Amino acid sequence: MINMKINGLPVSVEEGTTLLEAAKFLGFPIPTLCFMEGLLPYGACRLCVVEIGDGPKAKLVSSCTYLAEQGLNVRTASSRVVKARKMIIELLLATCPQSKVIQDLASAQGVHQQRFRQEHDDCILCGLCVRMCEQQMMAKAIGFQGRGEKRSLGTPFNIKSEVCRLCGGCIYVCPACQLRCTYNQVENAVCNGCANLTPPCLEKEKFDDMMCYMEPCVACEIKNDKK
Amino acid sequence: MRKTKEPISRKTKKSKSYGGLCLTCRWTATCTFPRDPEKPVLQCEEFEGDDFKPETASKIVEKHIGEQGELISILEEIQAKYGYLPQSALQLVAEKTGRSLVDIYGVATFYSSFSLKPRGRHLCSVCMGTACHVRGAPQVTEEFERQLKINREDTTPDKEFTLTTVNCLGACALGPTVVVDGHYFPNVNTTKVSDIIKKTQDGLDKIELHTDARVFPINVSCPRCNHSMMDATYLIDGYPSIRATMSFENNHGWIRLSSLYGSFKIESEYKIPMGAVVNFFCPHCHAELLGSSNCPECGTKMVPMIVRNGGMMQICSRRGCTGHRLDLNGVNL
Ligand code: SF4
Ligand code: FES
Ligand code: FES
Repeated sequence: MINMKINGLPVSVEEGTTLLEAAKFLGFPIPTLCFMEGLLPYGACRLCVVEIGDGPKAKLVSSCTYLAEQGLNVRTASSRVVKARKMIIELLLATCPQSKVIQDLASAQGVHQQRFRQEHDDCILCGLCVRMCEQQMMAKAIGFQGRGEKRSLGTPFNIKSEVCRLCGGCIYVCPACQLRCTYNQVENAVCNGCANLTPPCLEKEKFDDMMCYMEPCVACEIKNDKK
Repeated sequence: MRKTKEPISRKTKKSKSYGGLCLTCRWTATCTFPRDPEKPVLQCEEFEGDDFKPETASKIVEKHIGEQGELISILEEIQAKYGYLPQSALQLVAEKTGRSLVDIYGVATFYSSFSLKPRGRHLCSVCMGTACHVRGAPQVTEEFERQLKINREDTTPDKEFTLTTVNCLGACALGPTVVVDGHYFPNVNTTKVSDIIKKTQDGLDKIELHTDARVFPINVSCPRCNHSMMDATYLIDGYPSIRATMSFENNHGWIRLSSLYGSFKIESEYKIPMGAVVNFFCPHCHAELLGSSNCPECGTKMVPMIVRNGGMMQICSRRGCTGHRLDLNGVNL
């Protein structure tokens, strides 16, 4: 057992517990985005930062990936942590303002505005979909490609993957809430299901013979009405 | 508006510049095939064409499988063979190594030395790093685009030029810098662009790797401490020799190698029996010169040395084996 303190409260946890789990056990809320139970922690969003160490040695670490250590003194809501967290949310908002998940996080943290150049990306590179595909669906159909600014997400060669079973798991976990399939071309589709408000099958007949994991959805009803 | 320049004709000089070698081969400029300008060769034995052949790729995969960092070595070799990574090659690598295609694709797109699109015979990289950028690299790139009639990261339809931009080549003081097939062009401005293109067409390697017999002296240093290993006081073949410390069995002494590329003359304190594998050490920092790759001929570990003007030379550590690899920043001889 490892004894440590979270926000001054002593707690003893088993070896291999992450700081996030320990804080959760005590009931201290830590906002997370790229963490999901059932998937290996990845530490991409940094939203779960906490402060450890003392004095000049204090530093911010991501609690979802940091393992508990003997005698650690963790602060989950120090002013430094709150400031960093807000900044991260602002940056997330600057990338993906349309995401419901990010908007919710922002309002929970009291961020109502961001001061960076507004972009409208459809991915925050949190890696949830990649891990979902690999660790839960055992498919490894999608993955990261490129590097730096050009890092993006998709299937190899951006064509329909042979190992993809169109399960829709990637869309289900995606916080940016955008379709991972490039849905305007049926041959490029990762998944034909659509959690978006503009189902491709409405305009494109080619989608008729594709498996849809959402059937029946609004689109089906609209189609039926049209008939 | 500026008057558009005449597009540079690429046809005229070709037959002259490649000195009677196969015009179809992408490695003409650095080919080892004996040259006879009187009798042009149409195809040498090495020539495989640019078409992807599964057997060749399988062989490459099998050669490296099980090695540490096998994937990179495999991809590098495939890239060297075809100039890019064909889609079917990646699929084959995935199958053979049991890795998923996603991972391999991720690696292939991560490193800028890998290309998924076929590349031209000449690779022209314009530096767009900070120092070069402020000195007018964007204009230089635009000029290249205009003259070659392609966009950056593209290849001309005749497969002659590929234009890429890179971020800092480490030669900022010379900026804007352009590198074509491993040759650095310093202080490039828009007026020099056509010159560079022309020089490239005339055969860059001809100018610097001057003789056809491919014997030219090289200047090497230790890959660890970067001290020069050249010994001007001890000549072999009439050129300063490469000095190193060697050991084999219980013998420990100096060894001197000819610095002429293509000559395999050595002299050493102790006589090395044919076939013995010798360990090489830097005479300055005493680090062992141990490479990661194996000799293409006999599989023994190679000895790496840095070539003065950029590049890497590796020689086989087995006495009598002539296996070697000279890589002058991308030009693989
Ligand atoms: S597509 Fe969605 S789940 Fe996948 S990395 Fe991007 S934001 Fe995360
Ligand atoms: S939840 Fe910990 S880094 Fe994203
Ligand atoms: S910025 Fe061009 S060489 Fe460094």
